[in-house]
Amino acid sequence: MASIAEQPATLSNDEIRRYSRHLIMPEVGMEGQLKLKQARVLCVGAGGLGSPLALYLAAAGVGTLGIVDFDVVDFSNLQRQIIHSTADVGRKKLDSAAESIAGINPHVAIRKFETRLTSDNALEIFREFDLIVDGTDNFATRYLVNDACVLTGKPNVYGSIFRFEGQASVFATENGPCYRCLYPEPPPPGLVPSCAEGGVLGILPGLVGVIQATEAIKLILGSGEPLIGRLLLVDALAMRFRELKLRKNPDCPVCGTNRTITTLIDYEQFCGVRGAEQPATGKLGDMTPEELKQRLDRGDDIFVLDVRDPHEYQICNLGGHLIPLKDLPQRVGELDATREIVVHCKLGGRSAKAVDFLKQNGFTNVHNLVGGINAWADRVDPKMPKY
Amino acid sequence: MKIMIPTPLRQYAAGQSAVEVPGSTVGEAVQALLGSHPELRKHLYNDQGKLRAFVNLYLNEDDIRYLQQEKTPVAAGDTLSIIPSIAGGRG
Repeated sequence: MASIAEQPATLSNDEIRRYSRHLIMPEVGMEGQLKLKQARVLCVGAGGLGSPLALYLAAAGVGTLGIVDFDVVDFSNLQRQIIHSTADVGRKKLDSAAESIAGINPHVAIRKFETRLTSDNALEIFREFDLIVDGTDNFATRYLVNDACVLTGKPNVYGSIFRFEGQASVFATENGPCYRCLYPEPPPPGLVPSCAEGGVLGILPGLVGVIQATEAIKLILGSGEPLIGRLLLVDALAMRFRELKLRKNPDCPVCGTNRTITTLIDYEQFCGVRGAEQPATGKLGDMTPEELKQRLDRGDDIFVLDVRDPHEYQICNLGGHLIPLKDLPQRVGELDATREIVVHCKLGGRSAKAVDFLKQNGFTNVHNLVGGINAWADRVDPKMPKY
Repeated sequence: MKIMIPTPLRQYAAGQSAVEVPGSTVGEAVQALLGSHPELRKHLYNDQGKLRAFVNLYLNEDDIRYLQQEKTPVAAGDTLSIIPSIAGGRG
């Protein structure tokens, strides 16, 4: 890539053996392999997308891999985050990822950034890399990654997933569109479910992450046709790949002709407080799992309403009355407005919406179980399965 | 014509991934869709009746913002895709 400082680099005999299948291909060859070796790629997130893409970039011989992550490996990650192993549960994702990468290719220099990417640190971190791969999971960080890429002039290799559907593109190249050209604004908080609430097919981040790795390698090599100005749509269930044309929006606030965004902004505010889909806490009308347990044990007359979907009820339940959130308007007649009602879902997001809906419909004594059934499993009933 | 419904919105369209609708423009086709699946409306349009900024409509491969928006004429064999932003990936 043009931004890489020209420095003499060579491959050792070990490296030549390792990369022989690249070296014998004219599209890569020695010249391409040295470009890979000198390339510095930043993976934002070491989760679903970050796992396969970091593994493949490391195996391919990208010389410097940066990883930004602040999370800890959880059992529920292992269904798709293949850079982490069962033995890594409880460890920092950064440490676990670095170990896997080093195991695959000891020639890779790993830069660990144990932090949440923020408006205060993004530009500084991005400057040390040639291209950025976005493997984040919330709108606030996606807009932050995009804007920081535009402001620092680094390509943004984008991938995003939901259930069994994915999107991939290359944003923020010199003449190509950016993420804001495609979506000027994020959805209001709560309207689009996160993977924790909506689920994701385990192989999907593999498919999309490897597409991102492919694009990163093509950008480094300067060959092929990168996904610039194209949005690739992946539907794993139908196994259909489609492609849409993207245009650079001349009115884009960050990369258009009359730019209004020239520095990083407050992305949490831009995306709403709950842009990261954190469970709501401390609101009036909330009830903690401990409080609910205490009241139920005491024999208080409490009606537990479960607004999850039936397949979630099968995993675990509190014996509550099941009305999925989307059916609530039609089935509200099943509820008795004179009784005290506690609503729960998995994490507290859907139940908060159900509480709002019930309050608008004349229910006065309704509470939201904070943190959902997962918080109940954490704090009241450790034997309950957590999903 | 056919309207493709993305995963996050299928729950508001009786679980369908594609819906056949009549109409001679993009706007008419979308109104026909909302006629049979009214719950979709608030996910596609804001309170002022404008298409939401995180939802794009593509006629075949092209963003209707760069055609004639909702007045863009459509033919029977066309496909209209609703493409909302999705954010998952790290978690």
